Amino acid sequence: MELSQVAEILEAKVLTGSEHLDRVAHAACGSDMMSDVLAFVKDQGILLTGLVNSQVIRTTLMMDMGCVVFVRGKTPSEEMIALAENIGTVIMSTQLTMYESCGRLYLAGLGR
Amino acid sequence: MEQNEKLSFHFDVDGNDFTSAGEASVKVKKLMRQLGFSPELTRRVSIAMYEGEINMVIHANGGVADVYVDEDCLRVVLADEGPGIADIETAMQEGFSTAPDNIRALGFGAGMGLPNMKNYSDEMKIDSIVGQGTTIELKFKVN
Repeated sequence: MELSQVAEILEAKVLTGSEHLDRVAHAACGSDMMSDVLAFVKDQGILLTGLVNSQVIRTTLMMDMGCVVFVRGKTPSEEMIALAENIGTVIMSTQLTMYESCGRLYLAGLGR
Repeated sequence: MEQNEKLSFHFDVDGNDFTSAGEASVKVKKLMRQLGFSPELTRRVSIAMYEGEINMVIHANGGVADVYVDEDCLRVVLADEGPGIADIETAMQEGFSTAPDNIRALGFGAGMGLPNMKNYSDEMKIDSIVGQGTTIELKFKVN
């Protein structure tokens, strides 16, 4: 699924990396615990999270995940956006909850 | 960051600022990409080093990280002068953590750091003296 489609399904605002929306992700991971992401993520290309700090961006870089979706209308700081921009990570923000965000993407076929 | 003749890299890990934790690992990831290491190895090294860096900031008020590029292996040495690990065997168990609640609120401290470093590396050696500090050496085979 292309990231542009992810943004559409989640009615998300793209905060940085709009030039990379043609990237394709085959699965996603929803977590507020970066320790778990570092331990269990394999080839999920998208991280959905309600946690907002710079370590979220660094964690996705380490895991080669190209996109972060902040749920529940969370907005990252300018510093985080600059960090993401620098390493080419797409950041989106959706008003939806974690549960509904994951549900919508799963129903649309992501990770199935 | 300083680069020496034998291709090694040195980083100071600032223990006062959790926000900047992981900066050295980000640099190492970039360097490994530039040096042409495989994406798989680059990913393993950077994840393991990142976990180590986070640990040093959480538990030991920072420290130093050195990366050595040898012919057949890549070594990451993380050294701190923190409180040390009293029981390494227990610390290696998945889920065991002494991280405070404020660190958990930041998304870390699930007790996966050390086990993860072991899983992602080919060899891991921990030297720790209580009250003096901890040195962890991670080895990664280069094919």
